[in-house]
Amino acid sequence: MSDIGLLREKEASKRRWMLLSPSLLVLVLFASGPLLIVLVYSFLQSGDYGGVVWNFSTQAWFNVVAEKDFFDETIKFSDAHLSIFWRSVRLSLLTTLAAIAVGFPTAYFIATRPKAQRDYWMLLIIIPFWTNLLIRTFAVMEIIRNEGVINSVLLGIGLIDTPIQMLYTEFAIMLGMVYVYLPLMVLPLYASMERLDFSLVEAAYDLYATRWRVLRKVILPLVKPGLVAGAILVFVPSLGAYVTPRVLGGGKQLMLGNLIELQFGQGRNWPLGAALSITLLVIVMTALMIYVRNAEKDGGQHG
Amino acid sequence: MDSSTVPRKAFDVRRLPFFGGLAISCFIFLYLPIILLVMYSFNAGSTIAIWEGFSWRWYSAAWANEQVQRAAWLSLIIATSSALLATACAVPAALATTRGGGFKGFSVVFALINQPLMVPEIVTAVALLVFFSSIKVATGYTGIGYLVLAHTAFCIPFAYMPIRARLQSMDPSLEQAAADLYARPWRSFKTITLPQLWPGILAGAMLAFVISLDDVVITEFVKTAGQETLPTYMLGQLRRVVTPEINAISTVLLGISIVMVVIFHFLSKTRQ
Amino acid sequence: MIEIQQLTKIYGAGASSFKALDDVSVTINSNEFFTLLGPSGCGKTTLLRAIAGFVDPTAGSILLNGKDLLSSPPYTRPVNTVFQNYALFPHMSVKQNIAFGLEMLDKPKSEVEQTTQQMMALVRMTEMADRQVSEISGGQQQRVALARALAPKPQVLLLDEPLSALDFKLRKEMQIELKRLQQDTGITFVFVTHDQEEALTMSDRIAVMNAGHILQIGSPREIYNQPAERFVADFIGESNFVSADIVEQRDDGVQVRFSNQQTTLAQSTASSPKSGKVTVAIRPEHARLSNSDEQPLLSGELKQVVYFGTDTHYQIILEDGSDFVLRRQNSPGQSIDMATGEKLGLMFEPGVAQILAD
Repeated sequence: MSDIGLLREKEASKRRWMLLSPSLLVLVLFASGPLLIVLVYSFLQSGDYGGVVWNFSTQAWFNVVAEKDFFDETIKFSDAHLSIFWRSVRLSLLTTLAAIAVGFPTAYFIATRPKAQRDYWMLLIIIPFWTNLLIRTFAVMEIIRNEGVINSVLLGIGLIDTPIQMLYTEFAIMLGMVYVYLPLMVLPLYASMERLDFSLVEAAYDLYATRWRVLRKVILPLVKPGLVAGAILVFVPSLGAYVTPRVLGGGKQLMLGNLIELQFGQGRNWPLGAALSITLLVIVMTALMIYVRNAEKDGGQHG
Repeated sequence: MDSSTVPRKAFDVRRLPFFGGLAISCFIFLYLPIILLVMYSFNAGSTIAIWEGFSWRWYSAAWANEQVQRAAWLSLIIATSSALLATACAVPAALATTRGGGFKGFSVVFALINQPLMVPEIVTAVALLVFFSSIKVATGYTGIGYLVLAHTAFCIPFAYMPIRARLQSMDPSLEQAAADLYARPWRSFKTITLPQLWPGILAGAMLAFVISLDDVVITEFVKTAGQETLPTYMLGQLRRVVTPEINAISTVLLGISIVMVVIFHFLSKTRQ
Repeated sequence: MIEIQQLTKIYGAGASSFKALDDVSVTINSNEFFTLLGPSGCGKTTLLRAIAGFVDPTAGSILLNGKDLLSSPPYTRPVNTVFQNYALFPHMSVKQNIAFGLEMLDKPKSEVEQTTQQMMALVRMTEMADRQVSEISGGQQQRVALARALAPKPQVLLLDEPLSALDFKLRKEMQIELKRLQQDTGITFVFVTHDQEEALTMSDRIAVMNAGHILQIGSPREIYNQPAERFVADFIGESNFVSADIVEQRDDGVQVRFSNQQTTLAQSTASSPKSGKVTVAIRPEHARLSNSDEQPLLSGELKQVVYFGTDTHYQIILEDGSDFVLRRQNSPGQSIDMATGEKLGLMFEPGVAQILAD
């Protein structure tokens, strides 16, 4: 490479890193860096009044899944923790499936509107997405609580005598999460569907396919990238949800996020909280990497 | 052939059975709770769900409530400062990553910038709690600096994305033409890039503002006792007595968000 | 005067590397309309952008009037470009676009105003001065791009296929206009195109390029009548390729013999072979049908006659099996009835056949 070329490249590189420095500084200090601190804390001992004691210990990690019986020192799996993990995974998966069930037809509907309209339909989807998570959770709560709209209407009509307990159940949490994360399913699905070449669909009909077959064999494979993106976008935040389970689960139905918060509040076990956080992070990163792998394989199909 | 038969509806390639109905139900599902929430903010009665007539009382109550006032003020200060800081960081970052093709370390930088979007909020919240608590112990500082810095960090990707999108849609040959015509890099930025970029910058700033205003989890963990933003205030209230005051505050926040989102949407429309 | 010496540009590395320019050397004279001609991907645009400063060569040098150009960034080089997509600044008016370069050079306001007015008059856009560039037509945009690049009075004007987006008639008009502009301003024009007709009509000299190399440099007439290589003969106009053997070198040319033992005098270039089997190129319009009393230089049978209005093409299969096209201008009152399969003979003047360096 010519000398001039090398010099030019070095200057450009220097300028580039200078432009990036404020963002990188802020993000490393106040987003990525602290994650390392959490990792360190997960290997420390818990302090009596919260905080940590700077001794190395794997107690926290042990306690993520197991516990030692106080009296007879037997080691067994922590039922409480494991049921919370299971609930988190279960509810997140169900939420994702429900989001697909509702979101797929919706995205398809918007993608098949006349071009001029589509923007406005998408705006309708985007608006709830950018409103406060807490407000949306609260709105759901208002509807399903015992004094809420659904029960009042049903009682008023006379269909039931006593209010149906919907709040503070797993159903409530799931409903809330579907409500909150649904736009995240619709957006990437719509992006995929908008690019769908309907002449392919026409070709399928021309070749004697039924509507169901067309859906399964032509449309679904073509919008798979959007579907996978949407699934990840719903599953990941559901797994780490905190506000929605807190408000709608009422402290009885804990998810992983609530369990983590507990360790920094009443539980006063910071190392355990740290270990749980890292666990959540690892699960999320794994899911993301699977998605990236998947997306790279599809390669040129989807922009 | 009898031509008086009703013309058969053309076979619509796009139509799938039940999809239309499901889609409409979805929109109703999305908006019904919000509409009800807004409606009951005007409820004259004090219980939610029993309508007792139209009234502004909850709005005036919220307005007069000192706690609400302080929380609103704090939310506003944090959102404004974070949006400004995040945008100031995001503009050069977008310039560095969008022009001149890939460079060594690009994927790492890109991942770093978008980290707040990939890492669950609770993990970041915990990390910041842990990080700041040691600083609090060391320096004794308990002001709003922590909140502003935390918000700035997670607002950066939200400011960055619209700016980058705008840059990408700009014709790169324009900047080449400017250089060809003797414009040095800074002047080229000022006279050519910036005038076309500013809608993206504005959109990014607005998005960052809304994101900061709406944040619950990180704020809840990072705040010191006594500091409340509107969302954390509401979260606290939800544990105690729930009055339509919450509805009123929610409606106001909703209004702000909706206005911002709509403006943002039209700002982001790339010129064809 | 631009001296380009051994310019090389390699993209990528290792197995996937691509040589856009391979050891290219050429000298472009002052006050010359110089054209880089070649198919897509031949490197002509890369060479142009290297002069402008948007491509950093891997090796080689570019001197402008003796001064090294490569060590300066594009915004200091006294070279301006007319971009293929015009690259007009969309948020500025016609006048502001044209004035841009002068303002970046911090020229005094009066000079900026005066020159801008001159430029607008030169390209006949004075009435459109305050229009936004999105409001004017493609042809008008092209003229604004031209004026903008000329306003700072550069030493060299680079034009990157500026006429490719215009419709046919406008294109022809602009070709004449560009030629006139170059002669009036005396600025060296370096023009890139893939249209060989365009190159022939406008240029003082043409460099024919392919695959990163310059194959031949010469005036339009030279390039057309004396193509040095098969590619040049084929790319510019149409050519017939006939095998022949070299008989002897003479002062006024080279005697070659065809497979039917007929001989003719052919032209050679410095790089063409001096003996043995060669390929000669003959333009379709340089040959004619032989009369009955002549011994034809080439013979064959008629495959097809195609009538074009202005001329007629005769597609012929020669005795040795190769194809030959003869082009003949139609004149009124003349009709030639020839049937497919009919035997005929071809004649051409001595010196018409070109020996190719293959």
